[in-house]
Amino acid sequence: MVRFIFRRLLQVIPVFLGTTLLVYYMVFALPGDPIAALFGERQPPQSVIDALRAQYNLDQPFWVQYGLFLKNLFTFNLGVDFTQQPIAAALARAFPVTAMLAIEALIIQAVFGIAFGVFAGLKKGKLFDSTVLVVSLLVIAVPTFVLGFVFQLIFGVQLGWAKPTVGANADWGNLILPAVVLGLVSFAYVLRLTRASVSENMNADYVRTATAKGLSRPRVVIAHILRNSLIPVVTYLGANLGGLMGGAIVTEGIFNVPGVGNKLFQAIQRSEGPTIVAIVSVLVLVFVITNLLVDLLYAWLDPRIRYDQ
Amino acid sequence: MTSANIRIDEATAPVRPILEIKDLAITFKTGSGEVKAVKNAHLTIMPGETVAIVGESGSGKSTTALAAIGLLPNNGRVSGGQILLDGEDIAHAPEKRMIELRGSHIGMVPQDPMSNLNPVWKIGYQVRETLKANGRPDGPEDVARVLAEAGLPDAARRAKQYPHEFSGGMRQRALIAIGLSCQPKLLIADEPTSALDVTVQRRILDHLDKMTTELGTSVLLITHDLGLAAERADKVIVMYQGNVVEAGPSLELLRNPQHPYTRRLVESAPSLASRRIQVAKEQGVEAEDLLAPVAVAKERSTDEILQIKNLRKIYKLRQGLGQTSDFAAVDDVSFTVKRGTTTAIVGESGSGKSTVAKMVLQLEKPTEGQIVFDGVDTAGLKGKDLFKFRRRVQPIFQDPYGSLDPMYNIFRTIEEPLRVHKIGNAASREKKVRELLDQVALPQSMMQRYPNELSGGQRQRIAIARALALDPEVIICDEAVSALDVLVQAQVLNLLADLQDNLGLTYLFITHDLAVVRQIADHVCVMEKGKLVETGSTDDVFDNPREAYTQALLDAIPGGSLLLPPAVA
Repeated sequence: MVRFIFRRLLQVIPVFLGTTLLVYYMVFALPGDPIAALFGERQPPQSVIDALRAQYNLDQPFWVQYGLFLKNLFTFNLGVDFTQQPIAAALARAFPVTAMLAIEALIIQAVFGIAFGVFAGLKKGKLFDSTVLVVSLLVIAVPTFVLGFVFQLIFGVQLGWAKPTVGANADWGNLILPAVVLGLVSFAYVLRLTRASVSENMNADYVRTATAKGLSRPRVVIAHILRNSLIPVVTYLGANLGGLMGGAIVTEGIFNVPGVGNKLFQAIQRSEGPTIVAIVSVLVLVFVITNLLVDLLYAWLDPRIRYDQ
Repeated sequence: MTSANIRIDEATAPVRPILEIKDLAITFKTGSGEVKAVKNAHLTIMPGETVAIVGESGSGKSTTALAAIGLLPNNGRVSGGQILLDGEDIAHAPEKRMIELRGSHIGMVPQDPMSNLNPVWKIGYQVRETLKANGRPDGPEDVARVLAEAGLPDAARRAKQYPHEFSGGMRQRALIAIGLSCQPKLLIADEPTSALDVTVQRRILDHLDKMTTELGTSVLLITHDLGLAAERADKVIVMYQGNVVEAGPSLELLRNPQHPYTRRLVESAPSLASRRIQVAKEQGVEAEDLLAPVAVAKERSTDEILQIKNLRKIYKLRQGLGQTSDFAAVDDVSFTVKRGTTTAIVGESGSGKSTVAKMVLQLEKPTEGQIVFDGVDTAGLKGKDLFKFRRRVQPIFQDPYGSLDPMYNIFRTIEEPLRVHKIGNAASREKKVRELLDQVALPQSMMQRYPNELSGGQRQRIAIARALALDPEVIICDEAVSALDVLVQAQVLNLLADLQDNLGLTYLFITHDLAVVRQIADHVCVMEKGKLVETGSTDDVFDNPREAYTQALLDAIPGGSLLLPPAVA
């Protein structure tokens, strides 16, 4: 097991170099001059432009720029963004907010998705199942930004159950509304996945054998249907957590959440290479680690999976 | 368990049957209306007695047994009759009552040991929850005792392992342990050993016999194997299309079958007495069949089409940190196959017989040794030559459910090899597919259907047609009939014999079933633990086995010890 974890962590290196290189290159290839864009209508003196270009290494060829970026990264110096704010500090503010939002959304989709999915799967073809299926289809069909604005209007503005926007002071309570919106779409997928998995496992031979042993229905469901059904669901949830950590640009935008999505969006708009690549670098790490955790969880749920071979 | 036991039971007291099924009817709700799976079933099991239900798949035998333990699938229901367990009608008993009865009053040993243990829980846990649910002591020592009684060696340690760490035989012992752990009065054994090797099957059935006799458990044995039923049960009940067509004491029923279906079943039971299928004699030879292809086939010389010389396959097994140990799956095996004949390789699972087949098919590379096909060493074949070789040697695999692509219709399935090898155009390929369907005796109308719409026997015919599409010279049948019912098995074996006669095919037949070998093979190679222990003509090996291992395999054939009058055998 240790060997497996070590091998997986080693894989981070090529993945990390590959993604950062790719992202860096794409930012480099973007049309337009980011420094000129900074000044808008005004025409700054050439000396100012040159100084800024030198500060961000924009006067260097691509490979040198990338090399300097890597060097800075390994000396834990992420530099400053175009507004002269240290990037590291900005990330330190944005990531906890996004992490809170992601975890809250994950809990919502896991708890409700699995619970509804199990009931629907056990009562396949009955009224509850059909209703849940139609509703989940509806949730999948409606785009997030529609859902976001509707929830903001109804629960935030009209009913006043939650704060319509989050703003600077993001905490678990304030983030509930965006978390629900963010969780809903994946909730529908989790539900459907659980339902399919449960209804398939329900007909498994070992479930029939478990019943033949004289076990009560709840025991059969919990010990023999649920655990086996969770295996594909856990994989999906894990992959999803990585996605959620990347920040939800639309949802964070609607609810004005100062998270990674927002930050990344602004950086892309300004062609801020250093900020974009810094965020992506952290995201790569987050992705690799969540995937590793999912793999370990997977082996725990299904003992047939052994990574040491 | 023996007939002597029953007589004592009947003599001592007015005994009430442990299970009595009267006029049972079971209906399934399907997309196209209601289907009666069981129309009229009746049976009686006295305490301590073993009763077998025999029939082909779809005969309603398993459905009847499942109804007795209240485990019909959701779309099935008892639509008539009674199921009396110790006098109590449980045909419509509430689920709560069934939960009380299951485990403690009725136990079950299911068919497939691979799929009936939950892969995510340790064996010990799965035994323990049975004990717990039925209010028995459930400490680790109780779990170990239950497993040890079912003949599992080193039970305390084994209880901590997962099902995938067990062999098939060990899993079935664990399932027997679970089924008998709470000393039920009735045990339902649904094809308990049909997924296992003959020798393992015999050991497990012997042990099951011993346990149920000691505990005085009645057994309802479900099987498609008449020989096995007759050997193990006091009474045999024959079911056909949802009806009980015949019932009676085992030997009597076997020696003097009344119902036409029972007679057919007795005739096609691959018992030891049967000889190589003599196709031409058995069937009225039709004029067309005697034309060209036959003449060509008959003229072919009987040269050695396949020579296996000192074949060896070593697998490296990983043993912890960077260490490996060698495992010889196939160890110094040599034999030859003459053109137009059938050679069978027999052995238990793990004997290396399938590995030999894979190497002959060039799906695995031999570690050492030669495979000479038609005078050419296959080791050097690459690219185009290998492609040509594949055209001449075709496989048929065991599982007709797994080896056909469910997304391909029958036409596409059979046509694919032709397309891959770029033979003919669309029209000629279609003509060929039609011919192939004729050859395997399937209607041409089947071309547009999909595998899931066909029965197991039909699917295996499709697999044969696909193998024949490229006009191969050698066909490797890897357990090609083991998954089929006796009657269907007999039909497929006949078809293979027919095709051999007409097309001059050479078969290499991999099987664990010696009864099948007797019917189809000219030569037999017996393998044990990677080594070839005995080889010779089929009659020689069967009549005068030289090796103890061969003798053990022969003894393990169910029903082999039963003497049948020559008329039915």
